[in-house]
Amino acid sequence: MTRYFTQDHEWIDVDGTSGTVGITDYAQSQLGDITYVDLPAAGSTVKKGDAPCVVDSVKAASDVYSPVSGTITEANDALGDAPETVNTDPETGGWLFRIDLSDVSELEGLMDKAAYDAYVAEL
Amino acid sequence: MGDVHPINDEEAVEPEVLILPLDAWHRARGGRMVEFAGYWMPVQYEGIIAEHLWTRESAGLFDVSHMGQLFISGEGVEPALEAVLPIDLSTLKPYGPRYSLLLDENGGVLDDLMVTRWNSGFYLVVNGATKWDDIGHLREHLPDEVTINHLDDSALLALQGPKAVTALERVATGEHPLSSLTFMKGGAFKIDGVDAWISRSGYTGEDGFEISIPAAEAERVAGLICAQPEVKPIGLGARDSLRLEAGLPLYGHDLSPETSPIEAGLLFGINKRRRSEGGFPGAERILREIAEGTARNWVGLVLEGRQAAREGATVHVGAEQVGVVTSGGFSPSREQPIAMAYVASTHTAPGTKLEIEVRGKRLPAEVVPTPFVPHRYFRGA
Repeated sequence: MTRYFTQDHEWIDVDGTSGTVGITDYAQSQLGDITYVDLPAAGSTVKKGDAPCVVDSVKAASDVYSPVSGTITEANDALGDAPETVNTDPETGGWLFRIDLSDVSELEGLMDKAAYDAYVAEL
Repeated sequence: MGDVHPINDEEAVEPEVLILPLDAWHRARGGRMVEFAGYWMPVQYEGIIAEHLWTRESAGLFDVSHMGQLFISGEGVEPALEAVLPIDLSTLKPYGPRYSLLLDENGGVLDDLMVTRWNSGFYLVVNGATKWDDIGHLREHLPDEVTINHLDDSALLALQGPKAVTALERVATGEHPLSSLTFMKGGAFKIDGVDAWISRSGYTGEDGFEISIPAAEAERVAGLICAQPEVKPIGLGARDSLRLEAGLPLYGHDLSPETSPIEAGLLFGINKRRRSEGGFPGAERILREIAEGTARNWVGLVLEGRQAAREGATVHVGAEQVGVVTSGGFSPSREQPIAMAYVASTHTAPGTKLEIEVRGKRLPAEVVPTPFVPHRYFRGA
């Protein structure tokens, strides 16, 4: 399994054509207290850069963009009762949705962890 | 993901972001600084919800030095101020602040403000984002004999919460004890030898105080207040969620030249004598609205579920749009989304079921009385 990062602060773990998407620790720290996550429905299709998911913090609602195109296979329904998991455990238990990738070549433009850490350090 | 710095975008109108007296103090305490009303200000320290709840149960110190502090004086200042504000100064006793409104000729709101009678004139506190326009408007409409001093060498703090009086009384001395002040009363005090103008007032719905001090002493005074065990520094984020729960309007969001104070439920800002006499900007419309009512009213809404409705979300009954949200967010105290909206007055009775459109979805909502969290002002023992 390989983890990739976007400039918009999403991460995606990829195993074959199966991906799991969340937001980074940096993103959750910038958003502050998360109070609600609007999750996508399984079976819906998204294009890379679409916003199938919205994270609500006390301050504002923020789109989560899909790092890849594909079909949503599952959403993290446990966040319904515990949206704060995205604050406390953003890169593991706070995952948002799983997606079946339709074009794995889209991963080529994403960053690895070292590149993302360097990117965040410049912000 | 999109827009991880949401609070600054619309407020950052000035090309150059200015520094307030407590800038380094906030940074040293871990405040996350954002641009707000043209200044760098702390949006949060440990987190908005924690800071919000701390203020409701103990005491929070807010830096509101971006607000404009003005001193208006000179021959004929009283009638001159009554010509620009719908206030009755004949009933305004010294040292207690009173809420008032700067209105345009159509009765639209240019700003909301606090007016206090000092010995030789009037002390005004106006909003930060509007202060330059306010000064221009006042200069244009006040006679030359009346002087406007911008007290930009003063800082302004607010200490809010049920333990504010305990904490502040430990460090503030005056002719009378601080605890003898009741809500909307004020006076001159000293904090560690520093002259402090203190009133028992604020913007959270809690008991508390607003404290004007020389900017040069702001770090020392803020440090001393924050050293009290009841007190933590609180950022702009919690200031906004606290005032929303208290049902208090925020200029530029809930109030604007497009809104009248009567629609906004601010009749108390039009003092009684002025309602019968008129003679203030926009009086014709305001007096008509007092007599006949308004087509829409500013009301509180609670939403089902956890998803919040934000400023600009539209309010519906079936296919008909009946209103628009002007402030909304998640209420930390009630643990549910709340909003304030202008809604057609035919749909504003408490208990009315409405829908709010958020990102293409209709969220069920219900009209409720405000405040969302009861005010706990100290009106006397």
